[in-house]
Amino acid sequence: MTALLEVKDLKVRVEDNEILHGLSLTVNPGEIHAIMGPNGSGKSTLSHVIAGKPGYEVTGGEILFRGEDLLEMSPDERAAKGVFLAFQYPVEIPGVATMNFLRTALNAQRKARGESEFSTPDFLKKVREVAARLNIPQEMLRRGVNVGFSGGEKKRNEILQMALFEPAVCILDEMDSGLDIDALRVAADGVNALRSPERAMVVITHYQRLLNYIVPDFVHVMSKGRVVKSGGKELALELEASGYAQFEDAA
Amino acid sequence: MNVVVAKTETGRAMSDALAIARDRLAGTGKVADYRRQAFDAYAREGLPHRRIEDWKYTDLRALMREVLPLAPAPDAPALTRAGSALKLHAIAGARRLVLVDGVFAPKLSELGDPEKGLGIRTLREVLEAGDAGLHTQLFAPDNSNPMVALNSAMMTDGMVIDVADGAVLTEPLHIVHIASGGTPAAMVTRSMLRLGKDSGATLVESYIAADGAKAYQAHDSLIVSIGNHARLDHVRLVEDGRDAFNISSAVVTLGAHAHFNTFGMTSGANVSRYQATIAFAGEGSRVETNGVNLLNGRQHADTTLFLDHAVPRCDSREVFRAVVDDRGHSVFQGRIIVRPKAQKTDAKMMTRALLLSDDAEADNKPELEIFADDVTCGHGATTGALDESLLFYLRARGLSEKEAQALLIQAFVGEAIESIANDTLRELAISAAQRWLEARG
Repeated sequence: MTALLEVKDLKVRVEDNEILHGLSLTVNPGEIHAIMGPNGSGKSTLSHVIAGKPGYEVTGGEILFRGEDLLEMSPDERAAKGVFLAFQYPVEIPGVATMNFLRTALNAQRKARGESEFSTPDFLKKVREVAARLNIPQEMLRRGVNVGFSGGEKKRNEILQMALFEPAVCILDEMDSGLDIDALRVAADGVNALRSPERAMVVITHYQRLLNYIVPDFVHVMSKGRVVKSGGKELALELEASGYAQFEDAA
Repeated sequence: MNVVVAKTETGRAMSDALAIARDRLAGTGKVADYRRQAFDAYAREGLPHRRIEDWKYTDLRALMREVLPLAPAPDAPALTRAGSALKLHAIAGARRLVLVDGVFAPKLSELGDPEKGLGIRTLREVLEAGDAGLHTQLFAPDNSNPMVALNSAMMTDGMVIDVADGAVLTEPLHIVHIASGGTPAAMVTRSMLRLGKDSGATLVESYIAADGAKAYQAHDSLIVSIGNHARLDHVRLVEDGRDAFNISSAVVTLGAHAHFNTFGMTSGANVSRYQATIAFAGEGSRVETNGVNLLNGRQHADTTLFLDHAVPRCDSREVFRAVVDDRGHSVFQGRIIVRPKAQKTDAKMMTRALLLSDDAEADNKPELEIFADDVTCGHGATTGALDESLLFYLRARGLSEKEAQALLIQAFVGEAIESIANDTLRELAISAAQRWLEARG
């Protein structure tokens, strides 16, 4: 079986600093992987490199998506293939109405895959369905992308997009940051609704708390640009009890 | 008639030029005198150059070099070409007034059955008729500006439109300037719109070219007077051919409690200059003047606005956006004068430029001269590139680089376009911006 996402011995530098020193990770369809680690361990860098953010130099290793070289693809090609990054800090885009943005993005992905574009009524129907599930009021969709949204609304907007685009692999970068417990629960429910045997998720988080809501199959601990320990969901609890210090020493 | 009107170096043939063109220029007696005076004023200065402060960024001697001979009156094939060019730019429900190569084209226009209170004549017929008062108004713009003077001397045709007191027009008036593209030549036009008190009108001006029109020059001017309690909504869209020149002037006067909402967008022409003087002559009036330049290649577009607050309690708002790619050059000069009597003036000006390439240039010159002490005035200007973090977000959602840029550019110019009060006109401006974005690829 070809893995959905395969990160092999990945080395990444930003300017003169090597951030990832040979990171490997294999994600199969249906699996949920949690990546935990202290600040500065390279978790967000990994998510950015998978999504294709400019400014990172890959100096070694590779990332394969269904066996294809992901690093050769532009960010929009990766999105069309089914890679989705839920941003830690979703940007505000004044003057671009959320609805217009969603339709443009969805149709751009479909077009890149050689699928027909959604008609306006079909698109509206689909967005309304998904928005209702996530408790996103229609009024929010008429505003500029994320403009004036609370932290929780921004994260729900990310999950709305995830539900709409139906990606094969979702990278959730610190989805819990800035969320209170109620907002976290709504967001996590949204994510859990998207679990499926075909779809994989990589949940990046600093705290174990999120993993009470999104229960992972595998937990990886990152420190100083490497995965230093992997295990089942119980590893997260162990970390909660003992902290990251032991791994920082190990690395 | 292949004689240039002004040569850069020599000024040769200048005085002959008016004589040569005379058979094309309507009006005798006093009108001919006005033309001669205007031509002399132009001939003394010649094409403006960078050592004249007001033309520092738009050196017509270097950019334009010479004024071309007047375009011949359009023949049947020219009108056919113009007719096909018109199709893309026609506005449903508008009263179309078409000038082809600087000459009114009745067959492409709609003159019949005017709304109550609307009077339309051509400049030619007005200049040929004996209304001395009207002639004075038509020659009122200041000859100290050489391009205005040239326009006064050589104007061949245009529209003279009157809206009676109390008449609020429902149909927009659409003046379309079309270059048919026979030979490289100059079109020199002037239009006038007079709005009576309590009246209302919408005016759209489009500048377009027929397929294959090459290196022509559009020299246009507009005189507007807005009566007390009257309102004018105005949109001008410069979509001239990519090697054309468009040098246009406007002189606008507002009475008391009048409202002028104007929006201009330049996405065409190789070199363009729009110079407008807007004067408050009555208290309690308001002006919103917004503009957008969308430039690429080696396009040069200059918007020079002069807001004259001569009386108290008037508001003015200027919002200007420039998007400049490749080696394009955008110029915005905004001068606001608040004269000693103009207390309680509220004047604001904001310009922002978006540079899409390292070679793009945007010059911005705000000038506030305030001689009254109880006023609110302000201006701001920014220049920058597209925000990389926004671009990445959009690309991570599947938009190609061009699509992501287009969406952000639309949002950027949208801030200026939003001010267009009339829905149809706003859509018109949005589609003109989209045409530019699509042509970008």
